[in-house]
Amino acid sequence: MTVAPAANGLTPAASSALPAGEAEHVSASACPACLAAPSAEALARSGDIRGARIMLSLPTAHCAVCITDVERELSRQPGVRSARVNLTLKRVSIDAEPGVEAAPLVAALDGIGYEAYELDPGLLSATETDKRGRDLLMRIGVSGFAMMNIMLLSISVWSGAEDATRDMFHWISAAIALPTVVFAGQPFFASAWAGLRRGRVNMDVPISLALILASSISLYETAHHGHQAYFDAAVMLSFFLLVGRYLDYRTRAVARSAAEELAALEVPRATVLREGAEVVVPVGELVPGDIIRVRPGGRIPADGTVTEGTSETDRSLLTGESLPVYAGPGVTLSAGEVNLTGPLTLRVTAAGKDSSLHRMADLVATAESAKTKYTSLAERAARAYSPLVHTLAFSSFLTWLWITGGDVRHAINIAAAVLIITCPCALGLAVPAVVTTASGKLFRKGLLIKDGTALERLAEVDTVVFDKTGTLTMGAPAPENLFDLTPAQFAIAAALGGASSHPLATALAAAAQARGIVPAVLDDLREVPGYGVEGRLDGAILRLGRADWVGAEAGSVTATHLRIGTEAPVTLRFADSLRPGAEAAVSALLAQKKRVLLVSGDVEGAVAALARRLGIAEWRSGARPEEKAALVAEMTGQGARVLMVGDGLNDTAALASAHVSISPASALDAARTASDIVLLGQDLAPVADAVRISVQARRRIKQNFALSALYNVVAVPIALVGLATPLAAALAMSLSSITVSLNSLRLK
Amino acid sequence: MSVLTYLIPISLFLGGFGLVAFFWTLRTRQYEDPKGDSERILSDQYDDHPKG
Repeated sequence: MTVAPAANGLTPAASSALPAGEAEHVSASACPACLAAPSAEALARSGDIRGARIMLSLPTAHCAVCITDVERELSRQPGVRSARVNLTLKRVSIDAEPGVEAAPLVAALDGIGYEAYELDPGLLSATETDKRGRDLLMRIGVSGFAMMNIMLLSISVWSGAEDATRDMFHWISAAIALPTVVFAGQPFFASAWAGLRRGRVNMDVPISLALILASSISLYETAHHGHQAYFDAAVMLSFFLLVGRYLDYRTRAVARSAAEELAALEVPRATVLREGAEVVVPVGELVPGDIIRVRPGGRIPADGTVTEGTSETDRSLLTGESLPVYAGPGVTLSAGEVNLTGPLTLRVTAAGKDSSLHRMADLVATAESAKTKYTSLAERAARAYSPLVHTLAFSSFLTWLWITGGDVRHAINIAAAVLIITCPCALGLAVPAVVTTASGKLFRKGLLIKDGTALERLAEVDTVVFDKTGTLTMGAPAPENLFDLTPAQFAIAAALGGASSHPLATALAAAAQARGIVPAVLDDLREVPGYGVEGRLDGAILRLGRADWVGAEAGSVTATHLRIGTEAPVTLRFADSLRPGAEAAVSALLAQKKRVLLVSGDVEGAVAALARRLGIAEWRSGARPEEKAALVAEMTGQGARVLMVGDGLNDTAALASAHVSISPASALDAARTASDIVLLGQDLAPVADAVRISVQARRRIKQNFALSALYNVVAVPIALVGLATPLAAALAMSLSSITVSLNSLRLK
Repeated sequence: MSVLTYLIPISLFLGGFGLVAFFWTLRTRQYEDPKGDSERILSDQYDDHPKG
């Protein structure tokens, strides 16, 4: 992992993203570093001292001990000034000296048993959303305060306050209610106005109308010593609706910021050889014919042919192949592959728009535009609701005008009562309350819902398509036949394996460490790029690597070979280790009667073996990216609702074209962006839970709609015949809102 | 009914006091990490110096 350069160069605008405790100083201070070191404030203002702010995601943190462990371990790291865990968002923000990188911190947390992923510290958008959340909370607070006080006065009126006392109570209510409605109602007014200007009537139009009508009629009635005022109803309406709005907002904000900040790990730069010197340029400036250098561990920035050097490349994210592929002079490589063992020099054959990476992006764009826009349950309800309410209120106005023979005051009163009674308090809470409960439950299980409608779409899923490498498997090999090694051989293998960054070698070294094997001390340890690792012990040449180089027989499975001096070579076989929870997830999905498919770009043997192991009946191997997307599109065309679970670039188009999609946090940026839900932890088991919970959530949403419809069916006729009192309106409004909220909490 | 002349201002003042307190908690960002705060009281690490 690398830190994006933005970590060291916080812009002043990002400086208001401070940990909770330092917030009092927000306005006074110009940068985060000043807060950590106030004495250096003057220097810092001139821009000389800048701290690095690093954000890490902590999917497994859940308790007080986790907080103290993580904070203590991080503060022990060199260069870290302070660290603060936010358990609600499951992340830690670290204030560090300039130049401190995230990778060692992640490793340190890994050492004490916490998974951590780097988040993009470009916090600008998070600050922005924070502000909006606080703004909504403020409006809720104000309308809550107003609601309680007005209710006190209203109850006195309902219990029999008369004449001058009633008028005074109404006037005090008006003094509290009118500023409150103006302030707290702004989100609704703004949204209604924006909708009207574009010629659409959204849910906020009847809400705004009810708020304005209720307030002005009550004011008029108060001025004319009327008996009934709806101030409490207007304020209560805005309170309940704001609560719904806030819940809705928070679910989305939490998900959006976390998903956006899951780090953009790749800095899109390439090292180019120009007139003998190495120059670092943005990838966009590469042209065919450029000579580029790619170090071991680096991602290849453009399509090209190898001119110098031998190595192996990992193309699992591009094609799903789990085996590293040999790369030597003359071999053509695609952008996105990872160079594993030796430095490579490439002549660029296609860059930018022509590269295979960009063709993949085109594929994603096509898939996304082909996908029909999903209309959420809330949108469908609002579409049916607004015209109905307006017609109802207007016709009751006309009818009463006709009945009373032109009593405008009475007719408007009735119309306002209808608008208030039908106003969608419960409707506004029906969806957000359920979505908040459900996404909170899923978040605790390690799933991040990026899109509010993803839950609804997930509930409709009947087909699940899994990718293999990196999704059902970890994408990291684990040795299978270590028992073939004597302890002495194991110690030598561990020493050789530790000298290379090749996945098989590191897996071998890690296995040795896990079993407590101390690596042997070898001489002349060196890596032969593209072939393996060589060393000496007591004059004997030791080799670990490719079959032909070691002198062993090449097999068909993933393997490396160990030769000690003149002894017969030992073959070590590897298998991609299964992701934890993969078996549980697949069997739970099969138990829910879903059709489960395994589609991979890997070779037939590996895919078939995994499918058999997990009990997946349908599988396809050697699938290219466009074939995956086509398969998803074909199934969708046959009426299936497809959930795609994948992590690679090769899955991205399929993720985008599926009805709903999930990708693990370890997936590439592009895949995570294309998917609706991100799996934060390593465990795959929550996928099946997510499907189950979403089905339940959709049922609750529909129940809530039914509940509020029922309440309207009872209350609207009362309002229409002119029998609705402010007391009845208040009772019905609060009762329905509370029923709906309680019903949402029943989600298990 | 003269009791109203001071009871109503008192009730409004108390309510307003609560509202101001709520604004203060908002401004000092006490709603950023409700779950973490509820867990932090279990740790004795902050007994002497509440952290942040």
